[in-house]
Amino acid sequence: MTKLTFIANDGTQFDVDAENGSTVMENAIRNAVPGIEAECGGACACATCHVYVDEGWTAEVGEPEAMEEDMLDFAYDVQPNSRLSCQIKVRDALDGLVVRVPARQG
Amino acid sequence: MTDTIKTDVLIVGAGPVGLFAVFELGLFDMKCHLIDILDRPGGQCAELYPEKPIYDIPGWPLITAQGLVDKLLEQIHPFKPEFTFNRMVSSLEKLEDGSFRVTTDENEVFEAKVVVIAAGGGSFQPKRPPIPGIEAYEGKSVFYSVRRMEEFRGHDLVIVGGGDSALDWTLNLQPVAKSVTLVHRRPEFRAAPDSVNKMFAMQEMKELNFQVGQVSGLTGADGQLSSATIKGPDGDVEVPCTRMLPFFGLTMKLGPIAEWGLNLHENLIPVDTEKFQTSVPGIFAIGDINWYPGKLKLILSGFHEVALMAQAAKRIVSPGERIVFQYTTSSTSLQKKLGVHD
Repeated sequence: MTKLTFIANDGTQFDVDAENGSTVMENAIRNAVPGIEAECGGACACATCHVYVDEGWTAEVGEPEAMEEDMLDFAYDVQPNSRLSCQIKVRDALDGLVVRVPARQG
Repeated sequence: MTDTIKTDVLIVGAGPVGLFAVFELGLFDMKCHLIDILDRPGGQCAELYPEKPIYDIPGWPLITAQGLVDKLLEQIHPFKPEFTFNRMVSSLEKLEDGSFRVTTDENEVFEAKVVVIAAGGGSFQPKRPPIPGIEAYEGKSVFYSVRRMEEFRGHDLVIVGGGDSALDWTLNLQPVAKSVTLVHRRPEFRAAPDSVNKMFAMQEMKELNFQVGQVSGLTGADGQLSSATIKGPDGDVEVPCTRMLPFFGLTMKLGPIAEWGLNLHENLIPVDTEKFQTSVPGIFAIGDINWYPGKLKLILSGFHEVALMAQAAKRIVSPGERIVFQYTTSSTSLQKKLGVHD
């Protein structure tokens, strides 16, 4: 299992075990991490699963593709390390990934 | 004051299920008038995913969403449905004789014996951008659509967005407004390349401003804007403005339907599975907006619901008239209505 860490907006830390192939968003929902809404269920159609990737992980996680960039236009306070968590697939290389949840989604 | 439009059936929503309702109701000689907030028929299919292939429409291994809408329009054409677009139904009241009066948000009035709610996920309304405090300015200096361009004359205007709406209005309002500043998170746009090129050309000529960044705050008083704070890559920029047009896409909202006195179940309208009638006799609900045990939000489910609803609607519109069950394959009278032999 790959370990993911979510840091909620109030600072609470959630350490979860994730299966490779699932998305970071799915693991947030499964573990009831507050502040990630995922209204469209992972279809890259809403921008409410927005997270900030920890600076040390941005290179490994990578940049959004065009479709995700289009949807990020609708997110709140988008930063260079912003990603839509439904578009980040869990894999061995992301073991220990840390993401932060924004103050609001949309 | 416009005249009241009278019809047999008033259909709220012109998505695929509302459109197919015209067919089944038409086979029973009922005239329909459809009202939709969008500027064209098709609902979510036309607005959200026109190019996407749908694989579960019976008889169509693959059909695009817009393709389905086009086919439905062809199918209902013989029944000459009437459409009123760009309107939301605001009120629905039952009259003394049991029929219904429906009023739109532009005060157009309709009367019908039967109302069919085919509102899908709710009406498409502009999405509110995630800008703190924006609600205080809505309707006074922040607007989500342009009804009359003249209303922006002489104003310092900020337009936010990266799609066709934002770019089109930037170009259209530049000659009218005192100044136009387009704000977008990044220098790449979703809008048509031609519009984007024109915008950059005007920026070169200093005819408008383009600010890369996100609106992080608004300043003003009593609903009147005085400036917007843009958080850019190099820090905050304060842009004086008296009008703002944010274009952040559309979202679906239940809206006035919640106020019509119908029983609701988690923002859906419960119906029976024999007639798909709501808690108010004469008002039916079909498609994604309804709920019943086992309900699936599938277009094909909506089509089934339409067929049963039409039988019940006929009994209300033509009480006492004998309803004969017929097949379109063998009934010459049905085929005549469809114009098969013309």
